[in-house]
Amino acid sequence: MSSVTDFDAIVVGAGPAGAAAALELARAGRSVCLLERGPFPGSKNMYGGVVYGRILDTLIPAWWEEAPVQRWVTRRSTMIMTGDQAVTVDFRNEAWGAAPYNGATAYRPDFDAWLAAKATDAGAVLVCSTTATGLLREGGRVVGVRTDRPDGDLRASVVIACDGVNSFLAKEAGMYPHTDPSNFTVGVKETIGLPREVIDERFGVRGDHGVDIEIIGCTGDVPGGGFVYTNGESLAVGLVLSLPQLAAGDTRPEELLRRMKTHPAIAPLVEGGEVLEYSAHVIPEAGYEMMPELVGDGILVAGDAAAMCLAAGIWLEGVNFAIGSGAEAGRAAARAIGRGDTSSAGLADYRRRLESTFVLADHHRLRAAPHLVMSPLAQQQLPKLACGVLEDLFTVTNPEPKPGLRRIVRRRMKREGVSTREALKQGLRALRTFG
Amino acid sequence: MSSPSYPEISFETRMGAVEFRVDEDRAHITVDDTKCRDCSTRGCITACPANLFVPTAAGGILFNYEQCFECGTCYLVCNREGAITWTYPEGGHGVVFHRS
Repeated sequence: MSSVTDFDAIVVGAGPAGAAAALELARAGRSVCLLERGPFPGSKNMYGGVVYGRILDTLIPAWWEEAPVQRWVTRRSTMIMTGDQAVTVDFRNEAWGAAPYNGATAYRPDFDAWLAAKATDAGAVLVCSTTATGLLREGGRVVGVRTDRPDGDLRASVVIACDGVNSFLAKEAGMYPHTDPSNFTVGVKETIGLPREVIDERFGVRGDHGVDIEIIGCTGDVPGGGFVYTNGESLAVGLVLSLPQLAAGDTRPEELLRRMKTHPAIAPLVEGGEVLEYSAHVIPEAGYEMMPELVGDGILVAGDAAAMCLAAGIWLEGVNFAIGSGAEAGRAAARAIGRGDTSSAGLADYRRRLESTFVLADHHRLRAAPHLVMSPLAQQQLPKLACGVLEDLFTVTNPEPKPGLRRIVRRRMKREGVSTREALKQGLRALRTFG
Repeated sequence: MSSPSYPEISFETRMGAVEFRVDEDRAHITVDDTKCRDCSTRGCITACPANLFVPTAAGGILFNYEQCFECGTCYLVCNREGAITWTYPEGGHGVVFHRS
C-alpha cells in the first residue's frame, strides 16, 4: 500500500450515514473527506418517513433544540384499507411532543445538510458536486476513490461507502454480489402544500405536533404500502411499491398514488393542496436478508448502501439506522487507523459493534418481517378480513338479531378463503416475526 | 374509488415542480434497445417514476435522461442484461430535492 494519502478516510455520500461517519472520524482527530455528488447534502435524498432521534442523543446532545424539524409526531396511525373502507389504529401520546421527543418529520435536504454541517464543524472536509466514479485499488485492497473532478483521485487508509441504495462502490468492491429486484421497493411521494391551520384542523393537532399515518391495502395489485405525514405547512403523501410486481403490471406509480389520494379516508386530508414537489427513491426493502458484506480490505459500508433501512411493517425506520451504522463505521475506521491496520481484519469490529447495537440486533430479529408484510396475507386478506368483520359488527341489521362476533369472524374468514388452521399458523408466524 | 372533487395534475405539472440541473453534455442513462426488442415485460416503461421510457412503434425503447430521479428502478427491473447502462450524473447535476 502506498504511504501517501490525501486523507485518513474518505466517506462517500453526505446523507445521514456519511455525515455520522465523518463526524465520528473528525472527533477522533482523523482527517476525513466527505464527498457528496449533489450540490448540497440531502439534495438527492427523499424518504417516506420519520426521523427517530434517540440515536442522536449521544452524538449531538440536545439535538432537538437545533435540528431542522417540521413537526414532532404525537399521533401515530396504522390504517388498513380496502377500496372504500378503512380501519385505523390511532395512538396519541402527548409525551412525544416534548423533549427528548420520539420522532419528527423533516425535509431531508434540510436535515441531512444540518447533520453534515456537524461533521464539518468537527473538522471534516465536505466536497459537494463531486461523484465518486469508482474505487482505487492496489492488490485487491481499496486505497481510495476516483471522482469526476479533474485529477480527482483521492487516496486514504479507509473508504466508507455511504453512497446509498444503489451503492456502486460496494458492488465494485464485490461486497454486493446480487441485486434481486424482489428485495427492493420504490417510494414515490408528493409534498402537498396546505396552510398550517388547515393541517392542524384536519389532523387534530396543535402547534408543532404532527401525525404519521402508515397505510396497508392502498396499492392495488402491487404489494406495498402508503403514508401520510404532516410537515409544518405541507403533507408528505406517498406509496412504497414492490419493484417486480410494479414492473409486471400496467399501472404507473403516480396513478396508484392518485387512487390512494381519492380514497374516502384520504381525500378529505389531502384535497385542495398544491403539489410543491414530487420525488422518488428506491428502498432496500428486504433488510437483513439482502445485506452486503459490511467490511472489506480498506472499506466499510453503511446506511442504505448496506441495506440498513428497516421496513418491518409496524416499524418503518431508516435515518436512525443510517446514523447508527455510519457512526459505528466512523469509530471503527478511526480505531483501525490508530492501530495502523485498516485491512478487513483491522476493521472487523465494525460488524461486531453493530451486532451489539440496535442496528443489526433489530434487523436480525425482524429479518422475516419484510416478506411477511409483502405477503398476500398482509396485503390482500388482512385488509378484507379486518374491514369485513368490522362492517358486520357495526352494521345494525334490525330486526335480525346480532350474529355475535364469533360467527361474524367465521363467516368472513370463509369468504376470504382463510381456514382456522391457516389463521392460527399465520398468527403464530406474525408473533414469531415481531416477537 | 373516485372522488369528483379531486383534481388530478398532469404529469408535466408534477415533474415541473421538481428541480433538475440537466447535464447537457452527457446522458447518464443509455439504452441498447436492440436488446429490448425481444423483451416481453418491458418493466421500465411502467415502473420508472419519471416516465422516461417510451415504447416505439418499431419495437424499440425511446428514453430520456433529463428528468431522472436517479432512483435506479429502471436497471433493477430490467431483465435484459446490459440493455440499460446507468450511472450517476456528474457531480452537481441531476435532480435537486428541496422539500422531500
